Formats: sequence, C-alpha cells, structure tokens
Amino acid sequence: MTKVAIAGFGITKFSKEDVKIESILMNATRDLFSNTPNLTQKDIDGVLVSTNSNSKYLSAILSEIVGIQPSIAHSVESLCNSGTNSIVSAYSYISSGLADVILVSGAERYDSPGQVLEWDKLRGEFKHPIFWASLFSKSYKRKYEIKDEDLALVSVKNHKQAVNNPYALSQKEFSIEDVLTSKQLTEDLRLLDCSRPCTGGASILLTSENYYRNFTDSPIWISGVGQKTTSASLTKNPTFDNMGSTKKAADKAYEMSKHNSKDIDVVELHDAFSVCEPMALESLGMADQGKGIKLVKEAYQTGNLKINPRGGLIGSGHPLGATGISQTIEIVQQLQLAAGKRQTDNPKVGLVHNMSAASTSSTVLVLEN
Amino acid sequence: MNFDSELKKGNLIVSDCINCKKITWPPSEFCNQCLKETSWRKCSNQGKIIEFSKQNDIYFGIIEFEKSFRIIGTIIEGNPDINKTVEVTDCGISNNEYFIKLKVTE
Repeated sequence: MTKVAIAGFGITKFSKEDVKIESILMNATRDLFSNTPNLTQKDIDGVLVSTNSNSKYLSAILSEIVGIQPSIAHSVESLCNSGTNSIVSAYSYISSGLADVILVSGAERYDSPGQVLEWDKLRGEFKHPIFWASLFSKSYKRKYEIKDEDLALVSVKNHKQAVNNPYALSQKEFSIEDVLTSKQLTEDLRLLDCSRPCTGGASILLTSENYYRNFTDSPIWISGVGQKTTSASLTKNPTFDNMGSTKKAADKAYEMSKHNSKDIDVVELHDAFSVCEPMALESLGMADQGKGIKLVKEAYQTGNLKINPRGGLIGSGHPLGATGISQTIEIVQQLQLAAGKRQTDNPKVGLVHNMSAASTSSTVLVLEN
Repeated sequence: MNFDSELKKGNLIVSDCINCKKITWPPSEFCNQCLKETSWRKCSNQGKIIEFSKQNDIYFGIIEFEKSFRIIGTIIEGNPDINKTVEVTDCGISNNEYFIKLKVTE
C-alpha cells in the first residue's frame, strides 16, 4: 500500500449567495489549480465530488468544465459527513494503486436538501437537526451538570477564531450574553448555538507517495482513517450525551496512525451545535467524560487555538458537502505552519472529525507532516 | 396492512419476525436480523420518556415502547421528565409526517 499525501487545496469564501452548484465546484477547483502551479489537468486520474445537491453526474460535469478526462469519476453523498467520506474514497483508490492523483471537490448551496433526513420518519415532525441538537444538549447538561452559559462559550470561541479565517461565513465576535439572548429555538438551543447552512466549496488534491513532489514541497500525510456508521435513525442512538460512532471511528484512526489522543496537537471537529464540541472532544478521547467544556474554557482563556482554529462549523458556516474538506484543509495549513493568524504552536499531528445525522455516522482522519 | 396504513387509521403497530421473533424497527416487512418476513401486531400503549425538550410551549421527546423501540412524539399533558411513563392519546399521519401524542401518567 502506498502512502497518501495531501498535495494541494483550494477553497471559496463561505456565503449566503445564490450560486450554481457547478460554479461552486469550479471556483474551488480553480483556486486549487492557482495554488498548485505545476498541476495540469492531465495529471489527474480521478475526480470525486462531495455534495448533497440533487444535481446528477457532477463529477463528470466538473471534469468537463475544468478540462479533465479522469479514469475515476463519481459523486459521494453521506449528509454532513460527505466531505471526509470522499477523501476516504480517494485515499482508497490511491492506496490500492487504482489511481495516483485525485481531485476531491466538495460543494453545497445555502438551500441544500441535505439539511433534513426525510427518510427518518420516526422523528415525526421534529426532523430538523435543531431537535436532535436540543435532545443532545438537554441530556449532556443534565448528566454533567453543565449550564447554558458553559455551552455558549463554544460559540463565543469559535466565532472569535473565525474572524481570522478569511473564508468564514461569520466575521463577527459575540459575547456569552449575546449567545444567551439570541433567538430561542427550543428550551435547550439558541440561534447562536447553531452552525448555519451556507454556500461554499472546497477542493483538495490527494496523491500517492511517488507523485506529490511534482506539486508540493510540504506534503501532509493521511496516516489514520477511521469510519463508523451505527444507524441512520436518530432514535437508534443508545444515548444522547456522547457520540458512539465517533469513538469507534477515532479508535480505528488512532490505531492505524499509531498515535493516541494525547498526540493530537490541533483538531477540527464537527461543532454543528455548541454541545457537539465538548461531546466530540470526549468521544475523541481528548477530554474525560463530562470534561470537554473544561478543555474548551482552558483553550479560550489561554488563547490556545488548538480546537477548531478556523472557527469550526459555528464560525465558518456549514456547507455540508464542503465541510469535511474545508476542515481537512485547515489541518493541512496548520501542519504546514501556513495558517497565519490562526497558527497553533508548531503542530506535528492533527485530527479531523466529521459526522452526520446526530452522530449516527462519523469519520476521523489523522494527518501529519 | 403496513405501518403507514395502520398509523393513518390511528393504530400504532410493530413488526415481529416470524422466524427469530425479534422486533424490527423502523417498522419493516422484513427482519433486520435474519431477513425473514415479519408480521404486524398492535403495540403497547405505554412508553417511557428517554429524553425531551420543549419548543414554544410544546414538549417533544423520544419515547421508548416495550423496552425496545423509540419514536419522537409530542407530550401534550402532564410534566415530562426522563423515565416517566406516558400513554399514547392519539397518533396518525398529518402532512405526510408521523405524529404521536402522549400524556404523562405518573
């Protein structure tokens, strides 16, 4: 099995603009070509598109409009988790020897149909993600005696960190008071506790260990991959105060990378809602059960950017199919020491956590330089 | 007979495997353990609150029936809390969505 490197990336500004899905894919891919001067269309033998858009045949369409005739071309859809799923697919093609250079492009529109899982009829009329987030918040707060103002800090931190991310949807800081007085959506959730759907794209270039030199002097290696799907139904979650699929995915990724949670210097995790950040830290083994908020507080008070340096989903926005790819791009920039004002202290090992539908499925990637 | 057609009539039913006897949930014509056919039966009218929250003045929660399967419903009567027993007062399909209304009985 060849090693797999990340050798280039491109991204669009996340916004609420009405842009065609094909244009978002093209813009993120043009940015990748612009950042990767030696890359030509002929170098690429696979094109994967990650999106929840209802448009069909998008990998062939993207290939045509940017002048690529790939061997492998198809879409990947797995709700919010699509981006890292597509990276795992590209990883598999390369490590198996079926391809050497793959372009992965993720895109979503602000009005994506992927925001609601229509199939899950057992949710009744409570299909929107704010309802599972409310149940998670209630459960987590009760079990660990956490208060709304504790969870609000996640939003405060991630909005603050997003100010230094030029691609983020939000460029505004908020106080704990702002979060606690923002529009009440349910008894356990306010508007500023939520990431927002948006329009955005992100592209990434994966290569085998024999090809990266053509494109970059500072490859970032995917050393660990873990995925787990426990169900599709929200109601099948055995508990609502942790992320079972995340723990299983993390265990696999740590084992494969020969690292453990103590080795992780920087993490982009799936803070779809404020409660998700401490829960993910705990399920990833980076904090003890119920202590995730303590870690968030310490990071915030000491100005340590290691948790969601680009602002996470809450600060950056959540263009579903692009999210996992943009999270991965942030960790790549961190490990290349190229993250500018968001740079953490000389990280060696980074982690990406992406999940779907009330954490019924999760992907964890371990990256290193 | 299937889950949707009975729910439309206000009946909550569940699918038991004719072979391994396990309950398949979400309701299905085939068992998700041994993949054999299932048969339908009326399910218990009583459930337990697993988790709940509130939107505006309406409580909603995950309700577990027969210590096995769960569905999200609206708690329209009583003060909900986890592990409290609830009883189905009404169920059906409205605007293409399942609905189940419950009251707290303890």
